Amino acid sequence: MSAVVAEHDHDHHDHGPAGGIKRWIVTTNHKDIGTLYLVFALAMFFVGGAMAMVIRAELFEPGMQFVQPQFFNSMTTMHALVMVFGAVMPAFVGLANWMIPMMIGAPDMALPRLNNMSFWMLVAGISLLASTLVMEGGAPASGWTLYPPLVLQTGKALPFAIFSVHLLGISSIMGAINIIATVFNMRAPAMTLMKMPLFVWTWLITAFLLIAIMPVFAGAVTMLLTDKFFETSFFDAAGGGDPVLYQHIFWFFGHPEVYVMILPTFGVASTIIPVFARKPLFGYSSMVYATASIAFLSFIVWAHHMFLVGMPMAGELYFMYATMLIAIPTGVKVFNWTATMWKGSLTFETPMLFSIAFVVLFTMGGFTGLMMAIAPADFQYHDTYFIVAHFHYTLVPASIFILMAAGYFWLPKWTGHMYNEKIGKLHFWLSAVSVNILFFPQHFLGLAGMPRRIPDYAVQFADWNMISSIGGFIFGASQLLFLYIVVDTIKGGTGEKVTDEVWEDASKHGLEWTLPSPPPYHTFTTPPTAIPTEHF
Amino acid sequence: MSTHNSYYIPNKATWPIVGTVGLFCLLAGFANYLNGSAIGVTWMILGLGVFVIMLAGWFTLQAIESESGMYNTQVGISYRMGMMWFIFSEIMFFAVFFGTLWYTRNLSVPWLGGEGTNAATREFLWPTFDAIWPTNGPAHLGGKIVDGKSTGEFETMHAWGIPFLNTLILLTSGVTCTWAHHGLLAKNRDQLIKGLIATVVLGFLFVSFQAFEYHEAYTEMGLTLGSGIYGSTFFMLTGFHGLHVCIGAIILSVVLFRSWKGHFQPENHFAFEAAAWYWHFVDVVWLGLFIFVYIM
Ligand code: HEM
Ligand SMILES: [Cu+2]
Repeated sequence: MSAVVAEHDHDHHDHGPAGGIKRWIVTTNHKDIGTLYLVFALAMFFVGGAMAMVIRAELFEPGMQFVQPQFFNSMTTMHALVMVFGAVMPAFVGLANWMIPMMIGAPDMALPRLNNMSFWMLVAGISLLASTLVMEGGAPASGWTLYPPLVLQTGKALPFAIFSVHLLGISSIMGAINIIATVFNMRAPAMTLMKMPLFVWTWLITAFLLIAIMPVFAGAVTMLLTDKFFETSFFDAAGGGDPVLYQHIFWFFGHPEVYVMILPTFGVASTIIPVFARKPLFGYSSMVYATASIAFLSFIVWAHHMFLVGMPMAGELYFMYATMLIAIPTGVKVFNWTATMWKGSLTFETPMLFSIAFVVLFTMGGFTGLMMAIAPADFQYHDTYFIVAHFHYTLVPASIFILMAAGYFWLPKWTGHMYNEKIGKLHFWLSAVSVNILFFPQHFLGLAGMPRRIPDYAVQFADWNMISSIGGFIFGASQLLFLYIVVDTIKGGTGEKVTDEVWEDASKHGLEWTLPSPPPYHTFTTPPTAIPTEHF
Repeated sequence: MSTHNSYYIPNKATWPIVGTVGLFCLLAGFANYLNGSAIGVTWMILGLGVFVIMLAGWFTLQAIESESGMYNTQVGISYRMGMMWFIFSEIMFFAVFFGTLWYTRNLSVPWLGGEGTNAATREFLWPTFDAIWPTNGPAHLGGKIVDGKSTGEFETMHAWGIPFLNTLILLTSGVTCTWAHHGLLAKNRDQLIKGLIATVVLGFLFVSFQAFEYHEAYTEMGLTLGSGIYGSTFFMLTGFHGLHVCIGAIILSVVLFRSWKGHFQPENHFAFEAAAWYWHFVDVVWLGLFIFVYIM
C-alpha cells in the first residue's frame, strides 16, 4: 500500500515514523505535525491561562494586591499575544494538518518539508516572545497592539518582541501556503471544490487572509524597530510621521486577524452540527459564499478600532457602515446552523453541546460588535471593559469552545479510543456556566466606564469585578478537566473500541470517517472515488 | 490529478530545524546587538552561517531529487503555487511601505500643516511648519552636517540620473532573463547560460549603482534614514528593494550554476521559473519606486 506513496524513499525498510524524540523533530507527516501543533497549542493555552489568572486575581478587589502595575500590563499584553499566536492560531493549524488531507482524500500535505519548518518557526517565535518575561525592563506592556509611542518605551524586550512577530509571521505564511497548495492540488479527483467539507473551505479562505496580512504586521513592527534603533520617524510627528499611521497598518492586519481565528471556527461548527442533527447542512453554498464575503469585508473595516483617533468625518461614517455590513453574512451563518438543527434528530454528546453553546454565545459577541460599530456609540464603549467582553465572547465561548468541540469530536478518530462522556459533559457545563459569570459582568463594567488595561479601579466597580474573577477561576480550573480527558483518551479512554465512523452515520458526512480509527500513517495512498454527500 | 499515486512525500527532513535554529540565533543575536550587548554580533554571524549552510544543503537536496526525476507534474504544481503565494506575501510587505509613503505624503503631513479641520494642530504644535513635500518634518530632523552640527537641510535624489539608468538596467535584465528562458525551452543551452550571465551581471550592476547613490546621499546630500519622513520612506523602500535585488541575483546565480551543470529540461525547470518570477516581481516593484519615490 504505502509502497506507492513512498516508492522514491531512500529508507526502504521504514515507511513509518523515525524512532524516539527524533521522530518529532524531523517528521514530515501531516498527522505528526498536526499533533505537534495541537500539543503546543494546548500547552500555550495553559500558559496564557495562567497569565489571565494573574490578571483576575489582581482585579479581584480594588487596590493593588499582588503585582506591580508594570507587570500587570505585561500580563495583559503577553496573555493576548500568547493566546492569539501561541494557542488559537496553532490549534487551528494543527486541526488543518490532521484533517485536511483526510477530508479531501490526499496522502499528505502538498509541501511536507515546509510544513515541518512552519511548526519549528512557531516554536522559535514563541520562545523569543517568552524570553522577554525575564528581561530587564520587563516584557512588553503596551497591549498586544504594540502602539507607538508607548511601545517604544519598552526595555530590552522590544527587539525580541519584534523579531518574534517576524518569526511567527514566517511560520503562518508557510503554513498558509502549504494549505492553499494542498487544497488546490491534492484533492482526490472526485472531490470538486463545491463538494469540499466546510472546514476545508474556511481554512482555504483563512489561508488567503494570512498570506495577505502577516507581511503587513511584519512591516509595521519593522518600522517600530527602525524608529527605535535607526533614527527613522515613521511614527513621530517631529519628523513628519504620524503615530496614527501605525494604528492604520496594525488594524489592516488586526481586523482580518480576528477572522483568522473565527473562520476555521465556523468551519468546524459547520462540520459538527450536521452530524449530531443527522441532517445535511441547511445551506452549503450559502455558507461558502458567506465565508468568502466575510473575508473580503474584513479588509475594508479596520478603522472601526480607531473611531476615537480623530479621523475625518467621512472616514468615521464609511467605517461604521462597512462594519455593519459584516453582520449580514454572519447572520447567514447563524441562521444556517439554527436551520440545520431545526427538526433534526438531535443528540447532545459533548462536541454538540460545545457547538450549540458556540452558536448562542458567539451571536452575543456579534451583537456587541454591532453596537460598537456605531461610531457615536463607540465613543462610550471604546477602551472600556465592554470591548473586553465583546472580544472575549467572540473568542472564548466561540473559538475556544469550538476547539474543545473539535477535540472531543476527532480524538476518538485520532486515537482509536473513546473519551469519558461523563467527564466531558461535566467539563462542558462547568465551562459554559463559568464563562458567562466571567465575561457577562464585564459588559456592565464597561458601560459604567471601567477602562481596560488598568490594575486598579474605583470602588463602584468592585462587585462585578469580584464576580467576574470568581467566574474566571472556575473557568480556569475546569480546563484542567480537558487536559485530563485528553491524556486519559490517548492512554485508552473508556476502553471501548470505537468504530471507523465513531459517530452514528458520520461516514455519510465526511471522508475522514471512512478511514480506520486510528487512521494509517499515510492517509489516502490511492484517492477515494466515492465522496460522502451529506454535508452539502 | 491522474498522477496522484506517485506524489513524492519525503520521509524525514533535517534542514528545516537547522534553518530554524540558524534564523533564531541570527535574530536573537541581532536583538542583543541592538540592546548594546557585546556577544550579539557573534550570535548573528553564527546564526547566519548555519542559515546559509541550510540554504545550500536544502537546495542541493532539492536539485538532486529534481534531476533524478522524483518530482512529477503534480509536485511541480505544488512548488509553483508555493512560489506564487510567497511572492504575493512579498507584494503585501512592499504595499505597507508604499502605503506609508502615500499616507504621510497626502494625509498626515498636510494635517500637520493645518489642512482641513486641523488648523489648531498647526497652531498649537508646530506653528512654523509648512507642509511641503519633500519634508523632514517640523523639527527639521537630520540633514547635512556642517561643522559637526546638522543643518536640517537635505537634497532629494534626481530621478533622471542614476535612478533612470538603474531603471534601464533592470528592464534590460528582465529581457535577458526571458531570452534565457527561450533558450531553455528551445534546448539552446548556450543562449540559456549567456542570458543568465547577462541578467546576473546587470543585477549586481544595479546594486553597485544603488550603493554609490546611497553613499552620495549620506555624504553629500544630507539624505539619511534620520532625515525625517522623507528619508525614512526613501531608504525603507529602496533599501528593502535593493535587498531583494541582491537575493534575486543570488538565486539567479545558483540557477546559472545549475544550467552550466546541465540541469533543467524544457518540461522540468521549476527552479528557473521561480527565479524568473521573483526577478520580474523585483522589476515591477522598482517601476513603482521609480514613479512614486523618484519622479513624483
Ligand atoms: C459581527 C461581527 C463583529 C463586529 C461588528 C465587530 C466590531 C468590533 C468593533 C467596532 C471593535 C472596536 C471596539 C473599540 O475598540 O471601541 C471590535 C473590537 C474587537 N473585536 Fe470585534 N466585531 C465583530 C466580530 C468579532 C470577531 C468574530 C472577533 C474574533 C474572533 C472579534 C474580535 C475583536 C477583538 C479582539 C477586538 C478588540 C481589539 C483590541 O482593541 O484589542 N470581533 N469589534
Ligand atoms: Cu475589527
